Amino acid sequence: MPFISNTDQQQQQMLEAIGLTMDDLFADIPDELKIKNLELERGLTEQELQVRLQALSGKNSTHLTYFLGGGFYDHFIPAAIPALAGRSEFYTAYTPYQPEISQGTLQAIYEFQSMICRLTGMEVSNASMYDGGTAMYEAMMMALRKTRRNKVIIDDSVNPIYRVMIHSYTQNLNIELDETKHSDGRANRDAILEQLDKETGAVILQNPNFFGCIDDFTDIAEAAHEKGALLIMCCYPTSLGILKTPGSMGADIVVGEGQCLGLPLSFGGPYLGVLATTRKLMRKMPGRIAAETTDGEGNRGYVLTLQAREQHIRRDKATSNICSNEALCALQASIYMSLLGKKGLKDIANLCADKASYAFDRLTAVPGVKARWGKNWFYNEFVIDLPTDATDVVSKLIEKGIAAGFPLSRYYEGMDNALLIAVTEKRTKQEISTLADALEAIL
Amino acid sequence: MVVDGLYYTKEHEWVKVEGSTATVGIADHAQEALGEITYVELPEVDREVSAKDELAVVESTKAASDVYSPISGKVTEVNEALEDEPEKVNEDCYGEGWIAKIEMSDASEVEQLMTSDQYKDFFKDEV
Repeated sequence: MPFISNTDQQQQQMLEAIGLTMDDLFADIPDELKIKNLELERGLTEQELQVRLQALSGKNSTHLTYFLGGGFYDHFIPAAIPALAGRSEFYTAYTPYQPEISQGTLQAIYEFQSMICRLTGMEVSNASMYDGGTAMYEAMMMALRKTRRNKVIIDDSVNPIYRVMIHSYTQNLNIELDETKHSDGRANRDAILEQLDKETGAVILQNPNFFGCIDDFTDIAEAAHEKGALLIMCCYPTSLGILKTPGSMGADIVVGEGQCLGLPLSFGGPYLGVLATTRKLMRKMPGRIAAETTDGEGNRGYVLTLQAREQHIRRDKATSNICSNEALCALQASIYMSLLGKKGLKDIANLCADKASYAFDRLTAVPGVKARWGKNWFYNEFVIDLPTDATDVVSKLIEKGIAAGFPLSRYYEGMDNALLIAVTEKRTKQEISTLADALEAIL
Repeated sequence: MVVDGLYYTKEHEWVKVEGSTATVGIADHAQEALGEITYVELPEVDREVSAKDELAVVESTKAASDVYSPISGKVTEVNEALEDEPEKVNEDCYGEGWIAKIEMSDASEVEQLMTSDQYKDFFKDEV
């Protein structure tokens, strides 16, 4: 929609034509809620603005070596990805509202869905969502709609950022959220099985979880199904190059953050929400699916389908208030996955796991540093205990150009000295040594 | 197509009354207008409904439409076959495409529905 400005004189003419004053138009808003004065500074010239913004951005610490993960990871992005995704026919297309004339975009979505299904071991994927957290919320609502229940069990080894999102989204809804406390870094099986009952609509778990620990949830999926509940599993797509898929563990809905698939770290997004499920549940899924079909002459073509519950069609019947997706991000992820291929994804996953394992050994050899949970299996991220406050250590290492990790005290009580460290395929042996040496020097 | 012996609503639902049980579905005109039906969201068994309450939702390729209960009562049975074969509503809306059975709480409500002849007239006017 174009912005068409109008002058004071034109506004006056319009008001006269309808016989009202400007105050009449806003009569429904109580006086005390009307803004009297915004106290805005005078406008800046372009040059002044540039100087100010540059000064602000100059405060950021840049060119750090990242050992910081917690849901967003510093993976290598081949130059071909931004080059291809930046082609104007993809870059400028927002969302295919007239799908039949957007065959290229639809095919790209179709490929994305197909790859996500293969990666997660699920039958159906939607065309993407805002980010991992919104995907998790939507998955939870899907499960509750399907089971017609209102109790959710979520382990606190699920990314705390997602849990905060779920809490705030559901604050005014009639949903009972039961949080179980992890046990030695893994999902707390005993507590989950104990809480699971005929009122439970969904169990939400993550693999690898927020602490990087890997697990097999097949038993929990079976227990949940026995009680008529669904298992929602949050995954780290890259890890699926080597880990057992959520599908083979019996998950009903799989969600995840797709940033690791060729998208840059950008302080909040745009990121990529992944949501995949079973054929049985596809009608409850938000968003739409791009499907392959043939036209009247038998030519292959793509269509948007299963979109009867989309917001732009019938708002009151919509399954979600998110009606658009992250098509460009999904495209980037598709290019990443297709360039790497099955073997490449496996190689990346192995590199992450091996390098993290090396870093774990190297760091726990530093005097005073301990593994928090003994010999737990982890993927590319793990927790160490420092002899002192982890937040202080992280601040000191930033000055040396190292983002050492995520201090867990921010989200977990009693974990003041615990530091979550992520290692991707980008980290070199040298960088890992630099971290270990720097840590040793300040402890 | 209008089947004799059934009752109809202005929203194009049909009702078949047998004793105190009312079987409900959507009329031929409705399934025709909706096009290819891809999904039917059935009500819960044992749910109490009042006349004109939303009973079910019928989805076609591009829309989701409400089906209103023509009658008050308790849902005693739903046509679960529609979960796998929603196209039955298109193929046989008065037979295998039925949606729900309701144990009527007030049989006099039937009198407020249209008979097949009245529906034919109403239908003619609407078209």
